[in-house]
Amino acid sequence: MDDLEQVIRAYVAKEYLEEGDDRTIDDHTPLISGGIVDSFSMVSLKRFLERRYGIEIPDAEATPDAFDTVSRIAALVTRLRARSTAAPAS
Amino acid sequence: MPSTAPSPVSPVADWTEHARDFDWSIAERELDHRPGEPLNIGWHCTDRICHRGHARRPALVWEDHQGHGRTYTFEGLRLRSNAIAQFLRSLGLGPGERICLYLDRVPELYIGFLGILKMGGIAQPLFSAFGDEALWTRLADAQTAAILTQRKHLPKVRKARDRLPALRHVLVVDAGDAVLREGERPLALESLRSPEGFEVHHTEPETPSVLHYTSGTTGNPKGALHVHGALLAQYLTAKWVLDLRPDDVYWCNADPGWVTGTSYGIIGPWANGVTQVVLDAGFSAARWYDFIQRHHVTVWYSAPTAIRLLMREGMDLVRRYDLSSLRHLCSVGEPLNAEAVHWSRQAFGLPFHDTYWQTETGSIVITNLPGMPIKPGSMGRPFPGIRAVVLDPATAQPIEEPGRVGLIALGPGWPSLMRTYWNNAAAYGAKFRNGWYVCGDRASVDPDGYFWFVGRDDDVINTGGHLVGPFEIESALLEHPAVAESAAVAKPDPINLEVVKAFVALKPGYAPGPDLELEIMNTIRRRLSPLAMPQEIAFVDVLPKTRSGKILRRVLRAREFGEPVGDLSTLMEE
Repeated sequence: MDDLEQVIRAYVAKEYLEEGDDRTIDDHTPLISGGIVDSFSMVSLKRFLERRYGIEIPDAEATPDAFDTVSRIAALVTRLRARSTAAPAS
Repeated sequence: MPSTAPSPVSPVADWTEHARDFDWSIAERELDHRPGEPLNIGWHCTDRICHRGHARRPALVWEDHQGHGRTYTFEGLRLRSNAIAQFLRSLGLGPGERICLYLDRVPELYIGFLGILKMGGIAQPLFSAFGDEALWTRLADAQTAAILTQRKHLPKVRKARDRLPALRHVLVVDAGDAVLREGERPLALESLRSPEGFEVHHTEPETPSVLHYTSGTTGNPKGALHVHGALLAQYLTAKWVLDLRPDDVYWCNADPGWVTGTSYGIIGPWANGVTQVVLDAGFSAARWYDFIQRHHVTVWYSAPTAIRLLMREGMDLVRRYDLSSLRHLCSVGEPLNAEAVHWSRQAFGLPFHDTYWQTETGSIVITNLPGMPIKPGSMGRPFPGIRAVVLDPATAQPIEEPGRVGLIALGPGWPSLMRTYWNNAAAYGAKFRNGWYVCGDRASVDPDGYFWFVGRDDDVINTGGHLVGPFEIESALLEHPAVAESAAVAKPDPINLEVVKAFVALKPGYAPGPDLELEIMNTIRRRLSPLAMPQEIAFVDVLPKTRSGKILRRVLRAREFGEPVGDLSTLMEE
């Protein structure tokens, strides 16, 4: 299985950087406050994460702050995955 | 920068008297402009301020997301805008030619804007998040001759350029060691020579100055053409509504790719000789509060979407910063909800004052002046000198009855009303009814003369304070191989007021699903802009249509808002 941070980094670079844009994305690159992903585009990033990892990210947790770096996004996804795994089967 | 102690706003003593005695010549006198003399916005924002003894006052204090900063005094602004103007002239660019600014909020955007006006060009600012298709549409319509851009946006310019024969020059402000192609050249602001004895082009109040594109219900975006004389309205509204004074530190959140960012992010403050701070960074509540604290911002012009995002981050965060320098707050872009006004009183000890205007009006037309009692949720009252009414949609006569909803309309004659839509006189003419300029919004007026916004009168989507046209989105959707037909409508949103929702019928052989939805969303984002990207896509078998085959967006929109769908007698049976 791909490393979570690596998948997010690759997706952000592919979708939100223009072809020829030579900026590199690391785990701490500011995405929202750095202007790479704006608050509207965040919706498509959220949708990608939900689909890829089978989670639902509540709107209250999908804040610009929580999405500002790959590292924070990975932490959010990890937390939500653990929560969904821990939830009792109905 | 020295700390600025908070001070009260300048209250308007008597609204009625102010309105009765008002004449736009007040602005002419204050700007030392006499009828028949040349008038140039670029000169008034720089040279005139220097002549008045403020050459060393900071004009632009700029900072990026990494904390890098640059500061320009009014003398610096004067010399560097002259240098850009001279450089553009040296390329053979002449008066009246459209020169596009396709830049993030870097100093070259602000100074380039003034330089273009000084050499007599028409500045055409475009939001740098526009994709290549949105860029092409606007440059092709304007027959733009040159574009100032950055390396990061160069790929989008290159994609569009093959189809833009009028585009002679691509000027890259941060070219560095980039390999440029034919027709591309660097424009290094800090290396340009400031010419001695530079002569500002002779422009008059009716000389075209700025071309801002805005979206409508039908057809492609339209270019609202403004003139140098708009300065009179932008200067005076900045002074009276934003309450700008020479010792202020002013922050306007708007990007100059949109009209607020030029009228009140460049022209208004600098014509008043006011220092403005610019943060070239995406949204971060902590970063914004820190910025206000460090720069001792006194006057802040923001937008409801941003205010609602700040509200979501909570009051605890606000309390961690010293924001006591703030003394006056204004908002624009969409209706300011009452809750936001109450929250700002709690958070900053000050209410946000709503202001209403649009790309075509060029300056604030309905507002809450400082000192005027605010009715939270209301847009305020007409600015002195502005005749504003609501019209009966059937008769185009002003409605006298308080509380009855009609179309917001303005009596022409204020200096900053657009002069036409570029290449589209018919669309311009259609904006007028019975001698009134009709804004396209619905409102009512209460017995005290306060306007209350109700909604748009057309299918245009107001998202995050920006108008997005459904036609442009639907056209882009149809270019996706899976899409047979589509409709784009507004959907209510707690943060952005509205967002785009698309209804899509697929071609045979394609199946709906989350992968396809995400792919279509990203396609629209890249081609048009993040604002135009549908935040939700509903896959449907058929779309509601009239018997003549026209898609009934109003039915889809009404369903989203939980409103009655209205007359369905023309609906084609599905």
